[in-house]
Amino acid sequence: VSTSRDIERYAGLFAARTRVMKSSAMRDLMAVTARPEVISLAGGLPDTSTFPPDTFAAVAQRIASESCAKALQYGPTEGLDETKDCIAQVMAAEGMRVAPEDMIVTTGGQQVIDLVTKTLIDPGDVVIAEGPTYPGAVPVFSAYEADVVQVDMDSDGMRIDLLEETLDRLERHGRTPKFIYTVPSFQNPAGVTMSQPRRRRLVEVAHERELLVLEDNPYGLLRYEGDPPSPLLSLDGGVYVMYLGTFSKILSPGIRLGWVVAPPPVLEKINLGKQGTDLCTSTLSQLMVQAYFEECRWRDYVESLTEVYRARRDTMLDALADHFPRQAEWTRPAGGLFIWVTLPDFIDTTDLLARALRDNVAFVPGEAAFLDGRGRNAMRLNFSGSNEDAIREGIRRIGEVVTEQVELYGTLTGEHQAVRVDEPVAREATPGDNVLPLPKRSARPRRAEGS
Amino acid sequence: VSRVAVLKGGRSLERQVSLRSGARVEDALERLGHDVVALDVGQDLIVRLREAAPDVAFIAMHGRDGEDGTVQELLEILDIPYTGSGVLACVRATDKVLAKHLMIEAGIPTPEFFAFSETAFRELGAADALPAIEERLEFPIVVKPSSQGSALGIKFARSAADVPAALVAAFSYDSRVLLERYVDGRDLAVSILDGEPLPVVEAVPTGDGFYDFEARYEIGRTEFVCPATLPDGLTEQAQELALRTYELLGCSAFGRVDLMLGADGELTVLEANPIPGLTETSLLPQAAEAAGISFDELVGRIVELALERAPA
Repeated sequence: VSTSRDIERYAGLFAARTRVMKSSAMRDLMAVTARPEVISLAGGLPDTSTFPPDTFAAVAQRIASESCAKALQYGPTEGLDETKDCIAQVMAAEGMRVAPEDMIVTTGGQQVIDLVTKTLIDPGDVVIAEGPTYPGAVPVFSAYEADVVQVDMDSDGMRIDLLEETLDRLERHGRTPKFIYTVPSFQNPAGVTMSQPRRRRLVEVAHERELLVLEDNPYGLLRYEGDPPSPLLSLDGGVYVMYLGTFSKILSPGIRLGWVVAPPPVLEKINLGKQGTDLCTSTLSQLMVQAYFEECRWRDYVESLTEVYRARRDTMLDALADHFPRQAEWTRPAGGLFIWVTLPDFIDTTDLLARALRDNVAFVPGEAAFLDGRGRNAMRLNFSGSNEDAIREGIRRIGEVVTEQVELYGTLTGEHQAVRVDEPVAREATPGDNVLPLPKRSARPRRAEGS
Repeated sequence: VSRVAVLKGGRSLERQVSLRSGARVEDALERLGHDVVALDVGQDLIVRLREAAPDVAFIAMHGRDGEDGTVQELLEILDIPYTGSGVLACVRATDKVLAKHLMIEAGIPTPEFFAFSETAFRELGAADALPAIEERLEFPIVVKPSSQGSALGIKFARSAADVPAALVAAFSYDSRVLLERYVDGRDLAVSILDGEPLPVVEAVPTGDGFYDFEARYEIGRTEFVCPATLPDGLTEQAQELALRTYELLGCSAFGRVDLMLGADGELTVLEANPIPGLTETSLLPQAAEAAGISFDELVGRIVELALERAPA
């Protein structure tokens, strides 16, 4: 059989909503980033090479000898109780206590975004998201024809004052959003964390306005410094906050295992949606997690990942300070996988990516994190998926092309600005600014701590 | 039946488009009964070509390497016949600055332009000449890299304040860029197959804005009218201009020439593409279809032409 690639044959059959699932120049450029010679700081990959193969073998052996038939069978849509026990442990580690019947085990965290959107959104309904937002959520919202309204952030996460203004404005137009999507800790892509007061206020707003919130928390346990603020779920007590968790960043994204916690009436609808999508989450993957949790101290592995990623984050922050011109600004994440860089607005990062690819280095252009065309002068950098040498070299190369463009712009406008600042002058944000624009430039003195 | 190596992908920024062109060509070649070897062009190109020992190479690549004469040169060395234009035509057509200078010399109308290398700005103070250029070309001005296809890196500068950022963007793709007079009018494309112009295609953007990268490859973003409905005599005039451009640059077998029909009724040539897209939304296949040539026939003809040209 030779399948037909002739799209015209099928074009008339596609649903209208597939029209918004569009390809773009950026996506075509991203296709080039997968080539082996490219240092890609574009992905969002955890480093699975740190997982011990012996452990994997022991886990597989245990399933084969103890629960072979079960592992090969369908399971309940909501997930196995054994797996829910493991989930309860993970959530307890972040200070949340959840009953097994209040959660559903899903095929990765991504499925939660899909199921929640499927459950709540009719075409044209409003979803509130952060600006920038998780690029992987964009195609989900688009597929369900949601109208996404993005609320700006600063170094303390989503600006709740702006959120309220936005809600007021929508209300005046007779529109009520169905839910607010947020990644409050170590946000993807911005790397910032929502402060405790803002978390409290967000939960209050949700209660006052009777709005659901989807708290997406894939990285909460990957904290490299400081104390964790409370999860929205624990502040809310499970009334308006739905919670998304995943094993992807603390164990493996390949096993595709996540979960959702939601109020029972919502959970029931999500359950129905999941039945239609895939009947149940992989039993094999669920048993692997169970065997792994019994076999090992899972927190030790998370601890080891934290060590590795902290060093990589520090390397990237140092390299940024060394190689990026002073016109660039970036966030300093206390955890997670990403740094968000903002360049002068005369630089278009999609075009810059084309230039960077000539030097075999890649990043995610900021426009991927917005649905409204903003973000064109920003980029997302991932530090978890590359080793320190690659990070240093990758940042050096990107810094070089950014510097080149800043200089060229200076030449073109006749404003010959000094591009390099080699002496450690004050580069911190101005004191007295209690609301810092996102992104906040990394404070130079931090370097000494890291090294 | 021939053994045909389909060269696609590569490192070009138009990799994705090329993969789609290539996949469609492979399908067609298989339906025609050819023995098809698909090659995603990379480090091992020569080794794999020697291994495959094809009778002919079908170059379904766009942009850098595939369309600029690089791969053609390698195939010459390996003595493998290939589809489309030769090295010289590829070099001329890919370099928009060179192509436009040749057009002017040959009396083919093309929008007025000024071209600069990055060095001119960095070392020769060319920025000081920008106000004079802006006055001459009038806003909006089109700023584009000299050698990139697919509208990547093409910006519209609506005022003097937009020009520097537009230049920075264009220099992301090439070390030479051009500032070109914007022609307000209709987007036309004339494809040529074996020295014969095909029906004119008009691209009509459905939204506002211009025919950009997205619009070019997405079904639904742009409507194509073929044959284009043009005032008397203009179809022939467009075809004649396209053919002259194609011949001027030394293209062979097939190609596509993009033109503008200005609001003043004047035709101008923007550029020539030695390897136009062969995807579902591409213009050459549509033009061929309008002339009663199916995609399979089109691909078959292109292969035959390559084999005919090859020394026996």
